[in-house]
Amino acid sequence: MNGRFPLAALAGALLAGAALIAPASAQTAVKIGVLGDRSGAYSDISGEGSVVAARLALEDFKPEQHGLKVEIVSADHQNKPDVGAAIARQWYDRDSVDMITDGVTSSVALAISQVTKEKNKVFIDTGAGTADLTGPQCSPNTIHWVYDTVALANGTGGAMVKRGGNTWFFLTADYVFGQTLQRDTTKVIDKNGGKVVGSVKTPFPTADFSSFLLQAQGSGAKVIGLANAGADTINSIKQAGEFGITEGGQSLAGLLVFSSDVHSLGTKVAQGLVLTEPFYWDLNDQTRAFSDRFSKQMKGSKPTSNHAGVYSDVLHYLKAVAELKSTTDGAATVAKMKAIPTDDPLFGKGVVRADGRKIHDMYLFEVKKPAESKGEWDLYKKLETIPGDQVFRPLGEGGCPLVKG
Amino acid sequence: MMTIFGVPTQALFGQLLLGLINGSFYAILSLGLAIIFGLLNIINFAHGALYMMGAFVAWMLLTYFGLGYWWALGLAPLVVGVFGVILERVLIARLYKLDHLYGLLLTFGLALIIQGLFRNQYGVSGLPYAIPAELSGGQRLPFMFLPNYRAWVVVASLTVCIATWLVIEKTKLGAYLRAATENPTLVQAFGVNVPLFLTLTYGFGVALAGFAGVLAAPIYSVNPNMGADIIIVVFAVVVIGGMGSIIGSVITGFALGLVEGLTKVFYPEASSTVIFVIMVLVLLVKPAGLFGRTA
Repeated sequence: MNGRFPLAALAGALLAGAALIAPASAQTAVKIGVLGDRSGAYSDISGEGSVVAARLALEDFKPEQHGLKVEIVSADHQNKPDVGAAIARQWYDRDSVDMITDGVTSSVALAISQVTKEKNKVFIDTGAGTADLTGPQCSPNTIHWVYDTVALANGTGGAMVKRGGNTWFFLTADYVFGQTLQRDTTKVIDKNGGKVVGSVKTPFPTADFSSFLLQAQGSGAKVIGLANAGADTINSIKQAGEFGITEGGQSLAGLLVFSSDVHSLGTKVAQGLVLTEPFYWDLNDQTRAFSDRFSKQMKGSKPTSNHAGVYSDVLHYLKAVAELKSTTDGAATVAKMKAIPTDDPLFGKGVVRADGRKIHDMYLFEVKKPAESKGEWDLYKKLETIPGDQVFRPLGEGGCPLVKG
Repeated sequence: MMTIFGVPTQALFGQLLLGLINGSFYAILSLGLAIIFGLLNIINFAHGALYMMGAFVAWMLLTYFGLGYWWALGLAPLVVGVFGVILERVLIARLYKLDHLYGLLLTFGLALIIQGLFRNQYGVSGLPYAIPAELSGGQRLPFMFLPNYRAWVVVASLTVCIATWLVIEKTKLGAYLRAATENPTLVQAFGVNVPLFLTLTYGFGVALAGFAGVLAAPIYSVNPNMGADIIIVVFAVVVIGGMGSIIGSVITGFALGLVEGLTKVFYPEASSTVIFVIMVLVLLVKPAGLFGRTA
């Protein structure tokens, strides 16, 4: 009796195990990696918020009902391309991750995109700015979801020139993102009859912008274009106020400003700043509902457009995977995502173009005056909706080899 | 208009003045580091984190207690100093007999922990802190617009640096301190409480960092990474000036601020590296630093 019992138990356990495995194998296992900045300058834009957004997307999609079993992992690329590429490689090779999202910081995004193509997986970038991701460096495995340097240039750049800001001086963060942003904004300024009178490349990151602001002030340009992001933008706007830049008649154009940056500056310092974003928590009932759920898990912070992008791209990715019932061929999954139109509560209806560019409307916002703001997160008023087909670069002009003709 | 290498002289004056202002931060921070290293032989990597704490304490005083900038200028260094005293008593004091490396590792670890805690609580975007009303606005000088607050930073920093130097070099207390570093056993034999001296010195050194943090709060973003960004530069300043040389650290702090300011005009891309290039050159030619004495 003693001898037989363990055997019976073992047999029972095996049966039970088989019973457990059987329904699981009918489901497609999907692993999503959120690879962002969790500790550095962009961690409020990306970081834990992106993981929360991905989880909210799972809650809403209900993967079990679509035959999917989804797991989310996350890591910190520290804004370093080599670190980002190494994590992506390890995730794809060893941890069987199928899709990477977030990917804030342009230089890191380009590196992840390379690795993803090599391994035939899927990369949906939300946080990086460089339009080269869907231009010369486009890839059949990469989608660029939220915004890009061309859209920012068309939005804020175009609006400022139309308001009479026809001479520009750039403060440019000295890396891929800053340089492409300056390049793309310069094109818009030239096209609208404006002129760039000078620029200065600032090391990334920089704490003290006074010297660069003084050069900008001395240039006499009507608009000072801030081709930077995160803490750099916050510091340059804060110090511009100190040096009386706006009082002197020059205006600031924050080319990439997130709501978390404006929240940090406060409306007193940031009032009147014009900026372009594809998402703001207070746009409509759906964005407000999402933001409430997000805030509850994020100590009251509201989601940035990057967080909204992660939510939206995870939903769309899962739709495509649910139809394909497989994640093995990354390029095929991306092709499917391009074939089905996008539709979600935060960005509305849209499409993913052949070059990997996701198309949706962008909004031109102005930061409210302290008197108009009703709470610490009541930051923007909407000036204009810029339709997706006007704000993004036309399909044929990016130089992406995937676009035929 | 007169120009030097294509840059108008007027613009150049402006940049030099700004360099001097940035130099003020380097000077106060490197002064604290130099005092701590000179008297305690500890390479205090937590200095940047304590500078950041100074700025955050200023913000907390305003937000939770309604106490403004001038209160913060006095209270924040005190809070940071007391925190430093606790750190020294509980942890650092155990390392005096060991190699420098242990102190460096301990304080580096502390810096990461302190930054991590603040990041977890407040995020990285930073918190708003306004320039006090008395110091807002600025003066239109012939060559630039000088914000009043920046002028105040230079004055405050110079005053603190000179006062500290005077205390250490010219008073009896300073003499005790210097003696305690040279030969602690002998000084103790004269009835001076050396461990207490060391604790207070560490507390004072980090209070200087807290003071610099309050000065920085209205002009830089008050965020958990603000110390990590500046501390490496400040270490380079201390190395160039000569580890432990008090007057050396102050002079080098201001001088390197000027050099950095000039680099921002002629070749801005290099402005974050120029100090390290100078550090390498100085170490090659004068390994003990510009003002350091070779042991």
